[in-house]
Amino acid sequence: MSETMLKAQDVRFRYADDLPWAVDGVTMQVNRGEFVAVLGANGCGKSTLAKHFNAILLPYSGTVTVENLSTADEEHLYDIRQKVGMVFQNPDNQIVATIVEEDVAFALENLGVPPAEIRTRIDEAMEMAGIYKHRNKAPHKLSGGQKQRVAIAGVIAMRPDCLVLDEATAMLDPRGREKVMKTIRRLNREFGITVVTITHYMEEAAQADRVLVMNSGHVVMEGTPKEVFRQVDRLHELRLDVPQATELAQQLRAAGLDMPDDCITEEECAQALAKLLA
Amino acid sequence: MIRDITIGQHFPGNSVVHRLDPRMKILLTIGYIILLFVAANPGGLVLSAVLLAILYRVSRIPLKLILRSLKPILPIILFTIVLNLFFISGEGEPLVQWGFIRIYAEGIRYALIMGARIICLIAGTSLLTYTTSPISLTDGIERLLAPFARLHLPVHELAMMMTIALRFIPTLIEETDKIMNAQKARGAQLDSGTLRQRMKAMVPILIPLFISAFRRADELAMAMECRCYRGGEGRTRLKQLRFTRTDWAAAVVCIAAFAAVASTNLLFQGL
Repeated sequence: MSETMLKAQDVRFRYADDLPWAVDGVTMQVNRGEFVAVLGANGCGKSTLAKHFNAILLPYSGTVTVENLSTADEEHLYDIRQKVGMVFQNPDNQIVATIVEEDVAFALENLGVPPAEIRTRIDEAMEMAGIYKHRNKAPHKLSGGQKQRVAIAGVIAMRPDCLVLDEATAMLDPRGREKVMKTIRRLNREFGITVVTITHYMEEAAQADRVLVMNSGHVVMEGTPKEVFRQVDRLHELRLDVPQATELAQQLRAAGLDMPDDCITEEECAQALAKLLA
Repeated sequence: MIRDITIGQHFPGNSVVHRLDPRMKILLTIGYIILLFVAANPGGLVLSAVLLAILYRVSRIPLKLILRSLKPILPIILFTIVLNLFFISGEGEPLVQWGFIRIYAEGIRYALIMGARIICLIAGTSLLTYTTSPISLTDGIERLLAPFARLHLPVHELAMMMTIALRFIPTLIEETDKIMNAQKARGAQLDSGTLRQRMKAMVPILIPLFISAFRRADELAMAMECRCYRGGEGRTRLKQLRFTRTDWAAAVVCIAAFAAVASTNLLFQGL
């Protein structure tokens, strides 16, 4: 599967003429079915870039295409927004309706889908996001992680090809974050939805197929999680951490132990340690 | 807990009245209000009150809730009664004459009618809000006003605003609670001092609340755009409102009852 889902070609964007470029010449692409994580310190332009993928922001110069449709093409605006679903940081600020299932139906109502079909599609979306049993509750009665999954269900009800998560787990507690990530991984693996996640959490990025690192509007590193996290010093220079497992392995290597330089998950780290102790 | 407060005065239940289509309930409530003004005779008002009591019974709403809804407007009721009592002058001799105060039999009659009418009015409209959740009420209003959209009345926008307001009330209450605690932690005196001081102490609560509300609005608008929101045109709804046989039956029963009550006018015409 190497069909291109999203493509940014030399994209530049700034919020006002007297401000520096928030995104400064980014060229990247995401293939269909891929799970891509975008990392970067605060203010590196990663969220700004994310907002280009469904035409919330239009590039100042360069082009962004979604399945070969340009986001600058107003005629396809709603096709693009339907293809690329977006989930934001604060779950409270993206839920519109007073009942879970009505909120999940919001996008479909906007698209003018007939009521009977809305019903089947929201049931399906709520099942996929694991919130079906909460469908008749008021959103403010749910936990942060549940609310964020309601937001995800509201987006996947549109049957998008791609999901863009803009720090969608940043405001959640560890358990909520774990559940949301599990949902996202499931959507990616079982349903083949392309995922682009903008995140601060290295453990989340470690689960991706590919990692992009941004710094002051540029993509500065790119590769598989192993390739990226191996460069611990480089990441520290960019004010980024590495997963704790990588950090530990790195420290042990520095102390002269024979640890691999590419373990990024706790499991890999544990296995390497076990081998060392054996 | 401040976040447990309920919105409006919805009293959940599963009675026939609860299950009626909100549009029908709104229309029948309007009909009832008109009836109260048409049946301007003691017999008619008594029957209207009895009718309402039956409806409360059917909806299994405790009657003491009526008292709760009447409480805030008690001064208005008293004011109306007193005003009518003293200022309606009838024919013939006054019943009571004490200085410049003259009370006529006519005045007492009017005062009682007006009082009963306002009480029925409030109790009747409360029945609507007790048995209809704010969401279906909004829905009903939107559908009823739909024909006016052709006259460029922003019906969909109004309904959307009401929905979002309902959605955000609990969120903002929670936030107010948080801000108040934060300010108290910094030594703000919110519950003591003169009225003026207490009002002043509200400022550092309201400002952050408003700023955050605007930020929320901004983010919500973006999230709505991401979900293809483009106004009311071409929109479908998950929940269709459909008049069922029960709705029509309720309409027939209520209209017959209204007509019966209104006909008392003919009986009392001589009085």
